[in-house]
Amino acid sequence: MIEVQELVKTFNKGKVRAVDGVSFSAKDGQITGLLGPNGAGKTTTLRMLYTLLPPETGRMTIDGINPTNDSVGVKRAIGVVPDSRGLYDRLTAKENIAYFGRLHGLSQSRIDQQIQKFCDVLDMHDFIDRKTNGFSQGQRVKVAIARALIHDPKTVLLDEPTNGLDVMTTRALREFLRGLKAEGRCVVLSTHIMQEVAALCDHIVIIAKGKVAAQGSAAQLLAKSGRDTLEDAFVQLIGSDEGLLS
Amino acid sequence: MIAVWLKEVIDNLRDRRVVLSTLVFGPLFGPALLVAMLSFAEKQTAERLESALELPVVGAEHAPNLIGYLERQGVIIKEAPEDPEAAIKSEAEEVILRIPADFAEHWEAGRSAPIEILADQSRRYSGTTISRLRGYLGSYGRTIGQLRLIMRGVDPTLTRPLNIQTVDLSTPEARGGMVLSFLPYFILIMVFVGSMHMATDTTAGERERKSLEPLLINPLPRWQIMAGKLAATTTFGLATLVLGLVAFVFAMGFLPLDNMNMALNLDFKVAAWVFVMTAPAALLAAALLTILASFAKTYREAQSYMGMVVLVPMLPSIYILINPTKAEQWMAMVPLLSQNVLILELVRGEPINFVWVGLCVGTTTLLAGVLATIAGTLYSRPNLIFTSD
Repeated sequence: MIEVQELVKTFNKGKVRAVDGVSFSAKDGQITGLLGPNGAGKTTTLRMLYTLLPPETGRMTIDGINPTNDSVGVKRAIGVVPDSRGLYDRLTAKENIAYFGRLHGLSQSRIDQQIQKFCDVLDMHDFIDRKTNGFSQGQRVKVAIARALIHDPKTVLLDEPTNGLDVMTTRALREFLRGLKAEGRCVVLSTHIMQEVAALCDHIVIIAKGKVAAQGSAAQLLAKSGRDTLEDAFVQLIGSDEGLLS
Repeated sequence: MIAVWLKEVIDNLRDRRVVLSTLVFGPLFGPALLVAMLSFAEKQTAERLESALELPVVGAEHAPNLIGYLERQGVIIKEAPEDPEAAIKSEAEEVILRIPADFAEHWEAGRSAPIEILADQSRRYSGTTISRLRGYLGSYGRTIGQLRLIMRGVDPTLTRPLNIQTVDLSTPEARGGMVLSFLPYFILIMVFVGSMHMATDTTAGERERKSLEPLLINPLPRWQIMAGKLAATTTFGLATLVLGLVAFVFAMGFLPLDNMNMALNLDFKVAAWVFVMTAPAALLAAALLTILASFAKTYREAQSYMGMVVLVPMLPSIYILINPTKAEQWMAMVPLLSQNVLILELVRGEPINFVWVGLCVGTTTLLAGVLATIAGTLYSRPNLIFTSD
């Protein structure tokens, strides 16, 4: 469960208002999508949630914990797949995942057990013992996801998870995210792809120029804009089609 | 923290570049250079002393007796070139002797007869030749001077009211220590070279791979991540140090020490003491390099900073070189300078001053600790992560 209220973050000494009063909530057992054109402030919002950036003003809690006060506590509660996958090339996929497991303080047997589970769920048996140097985008994302979820977090944040993936891998990833939702987790993902939110999300937060333009379920957004397709609704709600196609 | 340390060590051991530079070239470079330099220097000096001196003389006809004397000493007299000054400047000749036309006139009148040695003293290689020639001329002059006095019935010793003799009390070990004055520099530089790749890879490299962001999302305080990285870097620095010292001890066997009338006090016991004193410098190097590399956005940028840092261990060595003073207590309290001074004392075979060793280890550890703390707090700044974007 994530609660965000009036979050503000500026860069360049206040000249750039990257996030300008964003409020939303993400419930457990739901997939929440942050939808917006490139540069809308999605990544910055997520980075504040996973404590890498301090917000200027506004409040946020994850399962009742405030990231600003207790960053280590929040980090223990969440699993994050950031925009940059950043695997260690000279380590195998398994070693990459196990490293993060150890940083979470998990026991070796627990780590082995978790890796076995992700190998099955994400279909990683073929490359789990290979060095990640030369991995495809899809393989990298799978390793990054397994690494982020090694400690079985209640809340999962993903920044542009389907970036650079082919159709088959994207489908598999969506299936995996639905699985997380079915387990009762709180899943938040950011994306600029319409189909993604339409196919996946229970709750959609449209962000443009650092502000929340609209939020609700797909049906609610259609009703609100008075359009027939989600794409038209999106253009209507953010007031331009800039950045949509990129 | 141990997890970070373990991962960095494994990760970097798989990097052939790091292994090669840290564990192979780093330790071998110093000893190999030392052996090569000393052997070469010894050979050169011996050659210059033993080979016959070929001496072009201008105006040899003005002083036939002097020329005869020089020839009896084994000097080969040559025809001088047309323009002696130009020959020296163009390095065609090393040294030329010029006997002016009024030499005989002065000589016969019993006045000091002028004679000139033409040489470019800024060319260091001419030094040996000049001093040999001076030696021959000086002894000829003394012989003639004594003969003149005896002819006039005067005891020549009257002209030598002082009989000066220098009694050299330096031990062969101490003379060896003189030659080894750059040994501390080699040892310190090993520590820096050993840490360099690791410091870059764990900070700037991490940023370049974009793996810093995922790493920092893990639930442990950032100073612990930094501490793990520093520990790994220090481990590599220490490994280089140990291998390098072992290599130095073995290299001693290849040095032409007997010919140079020297002995070097560098066995495994001394090496162990050197290790104790230099080990804190490994942490210091690791922290210093890590701080620098943390500011760099890419591996390449970090490497260009590193080039300058390698000069840091050189500063105390240069200080000692231009100001060769006695070892004093305050020196033992200046990190890096203290290693320099104390290592020199050790290889000279002086007894170990435990207070100084304690001061050296203590102050170096203190400074290293301060730098490590700075490095740790650097990672707590939010900006550090995203400046690469």
